[in-house]
Amino acid sequence: MSTVRYATFEVADQLFGLEVGEVQEVLAFSEYTPVPLAPGHVGGLFNLRGQVIAALDLRVRLGEPAVVRTGPAMNVIVRTDDESVSLLVDRIGDVVELEDTAAEPIPDTLSGPARELITAAFPLAKRLMLALDARAAVRGSETG
Amino acid sequence: MKASTPDLEAWWSVEDFDDVVQEFLVESYENLDQLDQDLVALERDPTARDRLASVFRTIHTIKGTSGFLAFAKLEQVTHVGESLLARLRDGAQILDRRGADVLLRVVDVVRALLAQIEADGQEGEMDIRDLIVEVEACINGEPAPVPTADSAAPAEPVAEAPAPAPVVEAPAVDAPAVDAPVAEAPAAVAQPGAPEAAAAPTEEPASRRGVADTSVRVDVDLLDKLMRLVGELVLTRNQMVRATEHSGDHTLSRAAQRLNLITSELQEGVMKTRMQPISHLWSKLPRVVRDLSNSIGRQVRLELEGAETELDRSLLEAVKDPLTHLVRNAVDHGLESPADRVKAGKNPEGTLTLRAYHEHGHVVVEVADDGKGVDPKLIGATAVKRGLLSAEQVAAMDPDEVLRLVFRPGFSTAAKVSNVSGRGVGMDVVRTNLEAIGGAVDLRSVVGKGTTWRLTIPLTLAIVQALIVESAGERYVLPQMSVRELVSVEGQTSARIEYVSGAPVCRLRGRLLPLVRLNEALGGAPERPEERGEAIYVAVLNGEGHEFGLVVDRVLTTEEVVVKPLASHLKDVGCYAGATILGDGRVSLILDVLALARNAHLGNAERAAAAAAALAAEAVKAETRDRLLVTRVSDRRVAIPLSMVTRLEEFPVQAVERVGSREVVQYRGQILPVLRLSGLLGSWSEETSDTVPAVVYSSGGHSVALAVDGILDIVDDTAPHGPSDGDGLSGSTVIDDKVTELLDMRRAIMAADPDFQLPDFETRDYSYVEAS
Repeated sequence: MSTVRYATFEVADQLFGLEVGEVQEVLAFSEYTPVPLAPGHVGGLFNLRGQVIAALDLRVRLGEPAVVRTGPAMNVIVRTDDESVSLLVDRIGDVVELEDTAAEPIPDTLSGPARELITAAFPLAKRLMLALDARAAVRGSETG
Repeated sequence: MKASTPDLEAWWSVEDFDDVVQEFLVESYENLDQLDQDLVALERDPTARDRLASVFRTIHTIKGTSGFLAFAKLEQVTHVGESLLARLRDGAQILDRRGADVLLRVVDVVRALLAQIEADGQEGEMDIRDLIVEVEACINGEPAPVPTADSAAPAEPVAEAPAPAPVVEAPAVDAPAVDAPVAEAPAAVAQPGAPEAAAAPTEEPASRRGVADTSVRVDVDLLDKLMRLVGELVLTRNQMVRATEHSGDHTLSRAAQRLNLITSELQEGVMKTRMQPISHLWSKLPRVVRDLSNSIGRQVRLELEGAETELDRSLLEAVKDPLTHLVRNAVDHGLESPADRVKAGKNPEGTLTLRAYHEHGHVVVEVADDGKGVDPKLIGATAVKRGLLSAEQVAAMDPDEVLRLVFRPGFSTAAKVSNVSGRGVGMDVVRTNLEAIGGAVDLRSVVGKGTTWRLTIPLTLAIVQALIVESAGERYVLPQMSVRELVSVEGQTSARIEYVSGAPVCRLRGRLLPLVRLNEALGGAPERPEERGEAIYVAVLNGEGHEFGLVVDRVLTTEEVVVKPLASHLKDVGCYAGATILGDGRVSLILDVLALARNAHLGNAERAAAAAAALAAEAVKAETRDRLLVTRVSDRRVAIPLSMVTRLEEFPVQAVERVGSREVVQYRGQILPVLRLSGLLGSWSEETSDTVPAVVYSSGGHSVALAVDGILDIVDDTAPHGPSDGDGLSGSTVIDDKVTELLDMRRAIMAADPDFQLPDFETRDYSYVEAS
């Protein structure tokens, strides 16, 4: 029986989690360079210590309507094989430690683009946390 | 015992000889490193024939050269070594421990002799007889001669353990295969005079490779990484400099200044490490030219200028194919056959000149031939025939633009398709390749005189000079390379935005420039700020072989930017070549000029092109054919077609000199014939002013000046022309209620300079004007 630590965050009032090992860092950033003609889920580009990072709006990736963000937005930066990509989220939560046996199958009621990005559901004390597939989330195939 | 002095010195200059020796040394040292490695490997696997062959070749080469340079000992040692190797190679003997020992000793002695030669140009006193006896014993299978105490190895420098040899010097990481001709042996063999000859070199064998040891092989990946890091540093520097500009803190500003300088120097230094002379590319061309010219019956002399000009290695690779193509094309299509050349009064041997030099932070490579040149008329006709353009469109273009049609896809002017070039692929590929690396290609040509292709190549890919523009509140980066000029368009100026079937165009010096509005090209809502009286800017860009204007809201600054790759999510968007971080730390997108041109033109290309051609034809008429320059000649008004006016000048009276019955003036390094129109038209001018106003007409490198008494006006020629009623006039018309006579330019020019090569006035003027 092993435990996995998840970094949690909220998007559209739903709690999500990414395995801690996949998260490079979490930071707030407020100035994004828009990318005209880019797919809708591309929230913009920003400068992370000299690297140009693309921020993907997780709301749009999950099939929710985009909202205009005012003020700094929270970025969960995910490192994939060859580049770092940021996921824009609404709020950052705690890091939780979960036993992998606690995972439950994804509820059938979950549908739409979200379903492809979720690997498991964890019932926490008060609410349900959906574990995100980091790779799927930063893949740019589907458009929002 | 002195080595036989080379008689060669008698007929060679000493320097020549030294150069040859130095080259021989460098080449031999490099090969010897490989030799050590090969011999040790051979001992393990004595039958590896390719290694044996390569060792044999190396020794053989040294033997041959030392014979030629009259190094007798070196020749003897390598000769016996070669004999042994020949037996091994032919399988007459198997390389055993003893054989390997002997061969390694041969290598050691060769090294020692080379060191001696490097030090004082002579072989010195070394005793090689024992070694020769030993090698011969080995060949004949005799037992090793009983060595005297010190005869196992020649006494002095080869003191390194003679016996179980693998105390081999670590070879350079990726030493070239021995059989690779070491043609590129470092040219910088510094000391041709071997000034330190006086020092006793035999005492310090370790320093013997002073020449070869000054260079290090470096992994290209490491260089790339360094380049990336320097890129980061440049960005940080830009940010730092920006931040301290207004800080008012002197210590900080000074530190930022220093950072600025050091970063620039570092950047330059790192870039230099990646530089290779263009001769790497050119080295193959003489052969290409020779083979090609032989096969198609041309006589070509190839001249290479500026072979030492350096380019980033990745760029060198990228221009290899375009360059080769241009060279082949020049031999095949540019130069005429010897018979045709003789007919044209030229040397039967054509000259193809490759020239490389630095210009404005770029490297320019020119491929110039003195062949038949490219005829714009022919190009235009072909473009029409291929359906690329209509005859009107071609007629509306200036000759340079017509020439550039050869870069259009699917264009080939070869009257006959040969197996060399002219398959209809080629120039467009050349252009695409060049533009892909941020370069450009252009051509100039004089019919009958030759053609020059000009490749402009950036020094490096990673850092580019950029123009920062603003559109819809966001900043975008344009590579400076593709920006030809900037035009500001305000409500009142002559440069206005007009619409042809809804497609915006702008008149620029009588030409129509198709416009692309950046904010619309990027999916923004259509806006016409110029109609609200706001100023807009047009960046004239060169993409896909023709110019277009990119309409932006503001032009901000130029900056050196580091190109960052685009996130994978954005690659498909297609409008961006990359991203960068500007001085204030914000990310900005680098526009892909080619893609913008393509996208915008595809949208309304057909419609716009057709309409633009019609309008352009009209514009040409309006701007050049039907406008008149009105001058005063004594009390008469004489009009000159504006299209025939190259410049207006005022010469001081005393500058006009008399040569025989003619008047001339020195003008821009030329002797310019001056014709007084008053004389031609039979009026008597009594004016005595200090200056002579003149209308200068230039064509084909020749100019004439037509002196008048005053310049009055430029008008649209709308009134009907009356018949000619005077000598030197082609008619008259009424302008501003006054009768104005129309000058017969042909007569006037011929009167000024009977030798003037007049182009055909009736058709368009395709004469070539030398670009300055």
